[in-house]
Amino acid sequence: MNNTIDIEGISKSYGDVHALKGISLHVGAGEIFGLIGPDGAGKTTLFRIMTTLMLPDTGTGKVCGLDIVKDCSRLRRIIGYMPGKFSLYQDLTVKENLDYFATLFGTTVRDNYENIKEIYSQIEPFADRRAGKLSGGMKQKLALCCALVHRPSVLFLDEPTTGVDAVSRKDFWTMLSRIRSSGVTVFVSTPYMDEAARCDRLALIREGSVIGMGSPEEITAGFPFRLLAVKGSRMYPVLKILRGMEGVISCFSFGDSHHLTYDPEVTGRERILETLSDAGFDDCTAMEISPGVEDCFMWLSHN
Amino acid sequence: MREFAASVVKEFLHIFRDRRTILIAMVMPVVQIILFGFAVSTEVNDVRVVFCGDMSDPAVRNAVDRIDNNRYLRITGRIDSPAGIEDVFRKNMADAAVLFGRDFGSGLVQPGHSQVRIVGDGSDPNTAQMITSYIKGVLQAEQTDFSISFTGEKKTLMTPVVQLMYNPAMKSSYNFVPGVMGLILMLICSMMTAVSIVREKETGTLELLLVSPVRPLWIIVSKMIPYLVLSAVNFISILLLSHYVMEVPVNGSILLLSVAALVFVVTSLALGLLISVISPNQRTALLICGMGLTMPTMIFSGIIFPCESMPEILQWFSDIIPAKWFIIIVKKVMIQGSGLASAAKEMLILTGMAAVLLAVSIKSFRTRLQ
Amino acid sequence: MVPDAVEIRNLTKRFGDFTAVDNISFNVRRGEIFGFLGANGAGKTTAMRILCGLSRPTSGEGTVAGYDINTQQEKIKRRIGYMSQKFSLYPDLTVRENIRLFGGIYGLRDREIKEKTDMLLSMLDMRQERDKFAGSLPLGWKQKLAFSIAMIHDPEIIFLDEPTGGVDPETRRRFWEMIYDVSEKGTTVFVTTHYMDEAEYCDRVSVMVDGRIAALDSPERLKEMYRAENMDEVFRTIVGRSGKEDSR
Repeated sequence: MNNTIDIEGISKSYGDVHALKGISLHVGAGEIFGLIGPDGAGKTTLFRIMTTLMLPDTGTGKVCGLDIVKDCSRLRRIIGYMPGKFSLYQDLTVKENLDYFATLFGTTVRDNYENIKEIYSQIEPFADRRAGKLSGGMKQKLALCCALVHRPSVLFLDEPTTGVDAVSRKDFWTMLSRIRSSGVTVFVSTPYMDEAARCDRLALIREGSVIGMGSPEEITAGFPFRLLAVKGSRMYPVLKILRGMEGVISCFSFGDSHHLTYDPEVTGRERILETLSDAGFDDCTAMEISPGVEDCFMWLSHN
Repeated sequence: MREFAASVVKEFLHIFRDRRTILIAMVMPVVQIILFGFAVSTEVNDVRVVFCGDMSDPAVRNAVDRIDNNRYLRITGRIDSPAGIEDVFRKNMADAAVLFGRDFGSGLVQPGHSQVRIVGDGSDPNTAQMITSYIKGVLQAEQTDFSISFTGEKKTLMTPVVQLMYNPAMKSSYNFVPGVMGLILMLICSMMTAVSIVREKETGTLELLLVSPVRPLWIIVSKMIPYLVLSAVNFISILLLSHYVMEVPVNGSILLLSVAALVFVVTSLALGLLISVISPNQRTALLICGMGLTMPTMIFSGIIFPCESMPEILQWFSDIIPAKWFIIIVKKVMIQGSGLASAAKEMLILTGMAAVLLAVSIKSFRTRLQ
Repeated sequence: MVPDAVEIRNLTKRFGDFTAVDNISFNVRRGEIFGFLGANGAGKTTAMRILCGLSRPTSGEGTVAGYDINTQQEKIKRRIGYMSQKFSLYPDLTVRENIRLFGGIYGLRDREIKEKTDMLLSMLDMRQERDKFAGSLPLGWKQKLAFSIAMIHDPEIIFLDEPTGGVDPETRRRFWEMIYDVSEKGTTVFVTTHYMDEAEYCDRVSVMVDGRIAALDSPERLKEMYRAENMDEVFRTIVGRSGKEDSR
């Protein structure tokens, strides 16, 4: 019972849309836990339920030992929440925003300066600038400061990196690692599968159900097939041929190669290359690789 | 308490940093008062009157003189018979005609016998009504003077009935000032409160406020306080403007007037909160305020049309408009100078509305998302 | 010689004293899949708006589909298709009504619209859903439909603004297969994305930094040039090198 977050069988419907279908999750103290899935999977709904903003239809949940329904007012003091879109006052300055949120939680920026110093120092030169005039990355840092200013035990970040470019995303994850090292449990959602590797543990969510959970290694270890990465100079025609081959279970593009799963009893690496060569694609290479989280997500989606 | 103070300060910052809000909150009341006071005036002004009657009758001569000497009326001609009216109106040479009966003069001394007809140009019904009522008033005055000089006591003998008790010049500002006051307080309080809450819904900051340990009731109250202050400023500026610029007298107790305004403001704030609960975005909130509050207030509160001349069903409907009651109170207290006793019924209704709306709106304000 | 689908010379766009697009020049060849990458706020959206004829450049010249970006914006709009993740369909119209509407907007005749509707519905396998509201479709279907509708007037160039944001991995790939299909038929594709694996699918990729084009080449050449394993590294090198985050 050392878990920071324990969620059992949470369901939520809007009309006849089942946003969440019996979600159970367990997050250990001091973890970065990733909730990974596409838009419409129910990520935001789950966040709202865990941050006491919404009541679940069924199921129970505890954050830091406090019930998400009954103890909501006590719970609100110890969590930090950063909603999906930029949610600060655009017409207030950086400092005014931060001071306001500090006051709401009954504290001051000065008392907790150490806690946010690392991130805040980057935006402090612009303390008197209106939040609406900040660049995307800086807004995000400000929002993070506001969510951290009262020293929460758990930080909830709903899609902090959506629509953010690859460089800023990497910076953001570096910040999260530092926050974790200060003892805060981080619960973060993202639609980007490549960010999965930065989480300690993660849950794959799709259409309101968790389809896989564990550390990134545990998830990829559960991948039941051997995986080939096929490269060639004319990728799209190659893809079409690969899809039509006997024994090929699935084939999708992954950056500069196609990831292909196959039935080893029917076909194999040599056989596939041969067939490609016969079809006129003789510059193809195929390499046995270990699967990534995205491969697993796609496979699990089909179950 | 610090949380609360910080929230109020924050709300004031939102208001002062948005030029549009400032414009609506501070400039609009002044502009409206001046617009309604001067430009959108339905006052009687420079009215051209023709008459038909026996000029050898001294009473007719006196009456005609009185009309001509009035600063708002002007005699432009005499027609021989009532049949000539149509011609004069068609050629737009007169706004009204006064037809004196044959024995006008002798009729004045005998009760109910003097004959006078006032004909207005009904193609512009509102103005026509104003003009005819006004001429009626003038003739009434003439008749009163005549009675005093004749019998030495005040007596009402002439057929035209006096309708205008407290606004002899039919000054429209007497009507508009209470109306505009009601309209503006309503707009500032309900529209701006609704929009400011819904804006936080839209930008997602409301989520952050709800997730914080601050009690939702305090969030609501902290949002209402700035608009309460703004309303007070507007209330005072409207009173000053109407007194010194529109020359509308403030006859009654200012304290009583202020209490009424406070009750009305609370009603409006509660309405604003209710609207914010049902509106998903600012546009909807504005639409509901515009269609659901401003328009009925304009129509049913008697600013433009007198409620008494509406069909009965609409009159019932007008009873549920808080602004109507507030405007009645303002008219009674400010212009007629009546005390609490005569406005007690309206006060009671308004207070009841405030209490019910406030209770309902606070109860329906969701402390969670749906 | 047939002109390139997009030819841009010394294009600049300023907003007050802020230069959003700073003297950029590039060509997009006919039938090419052209990836338009850049950090947030690098000027991608501004540049794309100019190319689509929605905004005029402060200076510079160029053609899109053979028409001048300064003077022939209306003609450009007829020859291009546009789809973004944010706006693409009217959620309160049915699938069929959406097709009809956009067919009408692009001046298709009634008979053509009818043919197109039948063709699209069977191609997308959406016959059953034709009378459903577009807003009620799953995200992946919405995107396919939006893409097909953006192609309804057989444009020479299709502009795709982050078409796959937030979509699940498989749908994202199926979507790119649709892009390949139209590209094979000769349509030029101009696409922005934050997924770096998608940059690999492009014939050529440009990376914008602070209003300028910092790199433009095929993914293979870029990877060689920056000695990178994948486009993610290439992007991070180019954008990261240009310095710390500015204060816009």
